[in-house]
Amino acid sequence: MINAERQPLPTRYASRALVFLGLVGLLGLALVLGVGQGAVYVSPGAVVRALTGAEPDPIVSDLRLPRVLGAMGVGAALGLAGAAFQGLFRNPLADPYLMGSASGAAFGVTLAVSLAGTLGASYSTSQIFAALPSYVTLFAFAGAVLAVAVTLLLSGGAARTHDLILAGVVVGAVLTGLTTYLMLKDADRIRAVMAYTLGNFSFMGWDGVRAIALYLALSLPFLWILGRTLNALSLGEETARSLGLPLGGLKLLVIGLATLLTAASVAYAGIIGFVGLVAPHALRRLVGGDYRALLPASALGGAVLLTFADLLARVLTRPAELPVGVVTTLLGGPFFLYLLWRGRRNV
Amino acid sequence: MSNAVGPASYADPPFPKEEGLGEREALGVASLVAENVTFAYAGKPVLQEVSLELRRAEWLALLGPNGSGKSTLLRVMAGLLSPQGGRVVLEGKPLAKVSSWLRGRTLTFVPQNGPYPEELTVEEVVRLGRTPHLGLLGREGRADQEAVVWAMEQTQVLEFRSRLLSTLSGGERARVMLARSLAAKPKYLLLDEPTAHLDLHHQAEFLCLLSGLRSQGIGVLTVMHDPNLALQADRVAFLAAGRTVAQGQPRGAITQELLSQVYGPMVRVRQVDGQPIVILGTNSGSQVRAPLSPGARGSAP
Repeated sequence: MINAERQPLPTRYASRALVFLGLVGLLGLALVLGVGQGAVYVSPGAVVRALTGAEPDPIVSDLRLPRVLGAMGVGAALGLAGAAFQGLFRNPLADPYLMGSASGAAFGVTLAVSLAGTLGASYSTSQIFAALPSYVTLFAFAGAVLAVAVTLLLSGGAARTHDLILAGVVVGAVLTGLTTYLMLKDADRIRAVMAYTLGNFSFMGWDGVRAIALYLALSLPFLWILGRTLNALSLGEETARSLGLPLGGLKLLVIGLATLLTAASVAYAGIIGFVGLVAPHALRRLVGGDYRALLPASALGGAVLLTFADLLARVLTRPAELPVGVVTTLLGGPFFLYLLWRGRRNV
Repeated sequence: MSNAVGPASYADPPFPKEEGLGEREALGVASLVAENVTFAYAGKPVLQEVSLELRRAEWLALLGPNGSGKSTLLRVMAGLLSPQGGRVVLEGKPLAKVSSWLRGRTLTFVPQNGPYPEELTVEEVVRLGRTPHLGLLGREGRADQEAVVWAMEQTQVLEFRSRLLSTLSGGERARVMLARSLAAKPKYLLLDEPTAHLDLHHQAEFLCLLSGLRSQGIGVLTVMHDPNLALQADRVAFLAAGRTVAQGQPRGAITQELLSQVYGPMVRVRQVDGQPIVILGTNSGSQVRAPLSPGARGSAP
């Protein structure tokens, strides 16, 4: 054979295991550091003692832990949804918000605040957020799911990928327009709504952690099973169908699961850009394109990324706090440029 | 236009003992048949009452000019497009009624230019070929691994099984896609221009592979452009403007008259060492270059 002398790559399974171990290690580090940082510093040793139950600490268990676990859960959900959408659309630049879920959630939240303002004029926006987190969350969740449903309706199902992306863009644009209109009508509430839509973990409590964990536990096994379908899709839809896969239903299932994850994360933490794009993209280089490895790796990677981003958001402008979406965008933007630059060099 | 359709039933060819191909279908004829297939894209007719039969253990080459409907016919026979008229019959059963998993195990399809999964290794791609045997939940067993290794051996991609597809040449990728389709251990193999990216050495290897597959009872349908390669096939069929214009043994079907009619007057059939070969005529010989169409006549010197 002509190419026999070319070096085969080393087996990738050993390196894959190393990547997973590294991610788990980083996640542990992020947990200890994330729980320690805040208005009251808790040393890593004390954090570990509190986490293991040896020396209970209410700051750790009631305040810090739900926030850090929430960041991890939301990061995992975004990483997982991003990887699923990248596989579904066969596009490494797809992200979880591609089908309009982010604009839907933002519209839902703005509508919730606007309605609450109309019903009880005495409520300030922060009171609405503080008193009715589940009400705001419900509107965000419903907005995200409805936006994706309308996108699917407009594109006539999941059969034609281009129609799907186009419909997602249209739905997103219309909802953003409506959101802006509502916000301008309630100009005094813009700030709080903005803070929410820019991504924020200060609303995260144990109920949010439990909800995100539930969605993750539901979606991960199903998406992992669909990993082979996503692998087959990388051969093109025609070939995937020729392999016997009932693509119409399977693609809808992927969209449904990824939308649940995205909607839950937007509902509890607002819109956090770039995590769902960057985590699968970076890990693709490390674990390869097999989605049965890439999906769990993206979940872990998203969790690590967002936990550190939230840490930065709390530390950079201490004692004030940056919206975590600002941090991820500031980190993700340059990474995106790097991708563009590398893509251009490879052409 | 009348189509040259073969007789309705054939004596089964003598199959050697098959491995992994599954039990022989108890019913009917061992063939994949397009019956009077009509297909149109957005009202524009592409295939008009085309009939074609692919038998097991034969290589059928489908030729015709660009846009004649070859690739569409291949996709209709692969069950990827539903014809507006006529039907496709797989071993006595309408293909539309065959479950997609059984269809995927029985006949495999390789498009001419896939999207290639750049970040998968050769072996990972070939293993995807086992999907119709595994379904959504199945775990790969020994039979699957053996089929994957067998497919990689047949197509000579075994030695770079752990390389990423992004690092392969066009010809290597084409062989990987062929291996992927063989891994399902199909009875029928539908290939869209399988030799388009292959150098002469690998074209020769491809011919050897085809004769090996035929001896294992696999029917192979190839869409191709090179009539010289098609001369090696068991049968050829010519499509022109969505209709079959000729079918039969290659020596009988690939004639000067047919090629001139289908491709224009510059295509010549010559005899070399008693073998017909097809060449493109040039205007350097004794013959004056013939214009492609009556409208082009004015531009001839």
